[in-house]
Amino acid sequence: MGKLFAVVVVVIAIASAVPIVMHTWAPPVDISTHGHAIDEQLKDTMVEAGISFLGAQLVLAFFVWQVAGRKDGPIKTFPGGARVMVIAAILLVGTEILALGVLGQKAWADVYFTPAKPDALQVQAQAGQFAFYFRYPGVDGKFGALHPDKIDEGNSNFFGLDPEHDMDSRDDVVTGELAIPVNREVHLLMHAKDVGHSFYVRELRIQQDFVPGLDLSVHFTATQTGRYEIVCTQLCGLGHYNMRAYLSVLSPDDFDKWMKEKAAQ
Amino acid sequence: MSEVSSHAVQHQAPTGFIRKHVFSLDHKVIGKQYYALALVAVVTGMMLSWLMRIHLVWPNAPIPGLHFLSKAGAPGNVMTPEFYLSLMTMHGTLMVFFVLTNAPFAAFGNYFLPIQIGAEDMAFPRFNMMSFWTTFLAFVVLMAAFFVPDGPPIAGWTAYAPLSAVGGDAGPGEALGQTLWGVSIFIFCIASLLGALNFIATTLDLRAKGMTLMRMPICTWAWFITSCISLLAFAVLMPACLLLILDRVAGTSFFIPSNLVISDRLQPHSGGSPLLWQHLFWFFGHPEVYIAILPAMGIVSHILINSMRKPLLSAKVIIYCMMGIGFMSYMVWGHHMFVSGMNPFSSLAFSFPTLMITIPATLMTLIWLGSLYGSKLRITAASLFALGFLSMFVSGGVSGFFLAQPAIDIYLHATYFVVGHFHMVMGVAAIFGVFAGTYFWFPKMTGHMMSESLGKLHFWGTFIGTYCIFMPFHYLGLAGNVRRYSAFTDDFLVPLIPLHKFITYAALFTGAVQLIFLFNLVYSRFKGAPAPDNPWECTSLEWTMPSPPPFDNFGGKHPVVYHDPYQYGMTNAAGGDYIMQTSPEASPTGD
Repeated sequence: MGKLFAVVVVVIAIASAVPIVMHTWAPPVDISTHGHAIDEQLKDTMVEAGISFLGAQLVLAFFVWQVAGRKDGPIKTFPGGARVMVIAAILLVGTEILALGVLGQKAWADVYFTPAKPDALQVQAQAGQFAFYFRYPGVDGKFGALHPDKIDEGNSNFFGLDPEHDMDSRDDVVTGELAIPVNREVHLLMHAKDVGHSFYVRELRIQQDFVPGLDLSVHFTATQTGRYEIVCTQLCGLGHYNMRAYLSVLSPDDFDKWMKEKAAQ
Repeated sequence: MSEVSSHAVQHQAPTGFIRKHVFSLDHKVIGKQYYALALVAVVTGMMLSWLMRIHLVWPNAPIPGLHFLSKAGAPGNVMTPEFYLSLMTMHGTLMVFFVLTNAPFAAFGNYFLPIQIGAEDMAFPRFNMMSFWTTFLAFVVLMAAFFVPDGPPIAGWTAYAPLSAVGGDAGPGEALGQTLWGVSIFIFCIASLLGALNFIATTLDLRAKGMTLMRMPICTWAWFITSCISLLAFAVLMPACLLLILDRVAGTSFFIPSNLVISDRLQPHSGGSPLLWQHLFWFFGHPEVYIAILPAMGIVSHILINSMRKPLLSAKVIIYCMMGIGFMSYMVWGHHMFVSGMNPFSSLAFSFPTLMITIPATLMTLIWLGSLYGSKLRITAASLFALGFLSMFVSGGVSGFFLAQPAIDIYLHATYFVVGHFHMVMGVAAIFGVFAGTYFWFPKMTGHMMSESLGKLHFWGTFIGTYCIFMPFHYLGLAGNVRRYSAFTDDFLVPLIPLHKFITYAALFTGAVQLIFLFNLVYSRFKGAPAPDNPWECTSLEWTMPSPPPFDNFGGKHPVVYHDPYQYGMTNAAGGDYIMQTSPEASPTGD
């Protein structure tokens, strides 16, 4: 039965690797300027983890095949004993950590340690149970202040703006869809209305939580026009599975046209 | 000698049913009670997972009888999204706390730690009884959430604030159900702290003559290290739960900031921090992973040594690795929070120790694999599960490489990749340790052998089945399938439903296979062949006594230990290939 175990382990190991090698369920095409670094790192990690996975499973299968049910002959010790294992573990994993951990920090740094450019398009995203809303500052380039007590979804005042008293908020454009121009950096200011939510666009390789009480932001540049789903990935209540919005990446002309239409509404 | 007889007098077995089987002070009865509680919890948790899996692939299909569980949650037997989240929350809480903490650690630890070090009982038998019954109370409080009007909580087993802190405005289940959750976990923490203290005191103070620390079996070491981890981890979760309960019932704002508008109501809170809950929770939550897996590592090592008929390449290295993992488990909690909005610099600070912790984990794997070489491996249901543990531990472990890197976590966070990772490494691997332990120690615990054929059948179904469930989770995650969704209505998720169907079939199959185990457990308990004292020819102390052991373990005598428990592969006086720890016979290896 030990030999059967060995065969099953080999079959499982190979069967597990096939969809990975064939890219059967691969991440969608990256449409951001920073995403290739993440994808590269994912690929490198996949190679290293894949080798470790297959190596360990095959060795397990091979040894079990050899020794299962063995009755005769002396007990043998692996040449070199524990010392070899200690050295191997430190060297193998150590170099892996150096390669992935140190070199790979660049991808993280691209997203989080470089500030958004001053001319980036500023958009505020608000997450609330169970919808996203987006706000553009309008021609004055200034966001009006938020007044949580004035939030009134019935009258479409999703952000709690006070246009009567607040000049800055009068030209703010509020939408349910995030439209951005292609190849221009977007600085997304994130605001949570009620509980924790998250902003996840697979194609953009961006995921960031909305945390109530914290002003967080992310910045990114989309490189391909198209329509993509924005989904909430932080459990936020019963409608969590249905909390989504769309990201439209438009050509600069289309974006200006869209902005004018929305401003006119 | 007078000391011996006075101990024997103290340890008269109780005769009444209540003192013998219910409020027992005997560590062996308490161990079995923990095991039984874990069994009830795991069956419940598994049935919840079936309901979830069925709902995920047939969201609008009625599940016959579901309305008995909740009228509001399943009108017309069709599960509502909020009820899905309730089941998910209860599944996670039951499995993590009442199964993965109880079974490998509290159940087997209670039963075998005192025996393996040569003690008559735990250091504090009354504390021990209290630990179990407090755990039981925690379980009852948690299950009560099924019967309150709004149903069980929906905030997940991680109970992130402010969803978990603001009360009923945040959704059904967030009223009384969530409060019960907080109270239950608070009580559970008290029980775990009592248990951990007891384990530590017992290990340090009650070892028999000759039982030096390094002569303790690896599983004893694992339980000891796990209790040290528990002592620190639950000591943080307990006050965190108290603060959460206060936010909910006393109007405090530890985790709730100002200006939140929930269900059109401006919340009367200000000044709290949702991230504070995440830090406190994960400061417990990550070590909890090791609380689940370390005992399994110990049990598997113990069984492998016995099945291979030779010592590990180095037991010391395994023990030091477990210590290293235990120590480092407190430096890595932030890797659950890379995209949570905490300072991005701290993500790097948490990423390095997370990658570092793979060094002891890899080393242990290499030692286990290398030890197989040149051994005389006996294939039993127990050793198959131990080998299955190795395979699962590797499979679940390598996906940790991805999630340890903040940049990759941006894409994979909150996807099924994470779900696959932790189910394999802390769920399935730990449960394989429990199965291995059950097949191995059942004869000692009950005096009856388990059916090996049924055990092996159970292994094959479980091994293949769990791979079919959890390996595809990784593929889903790579494709960006987000977790904690009660239905996949998003455009990009719809094409993944066929893979989800496959997983659901695999889950139902694997669940059905567990019936073989349950049958084997009950059948063998009554009809199994009588177990000899030492059926596996094992060297540790529990195999020196009758099966099942008498009330006071060693019959009033104090065992004397001459060897470490790794004395295999030589020829002993009786012609066997092992020397018992208590045998004065000289060993060729010298210890």
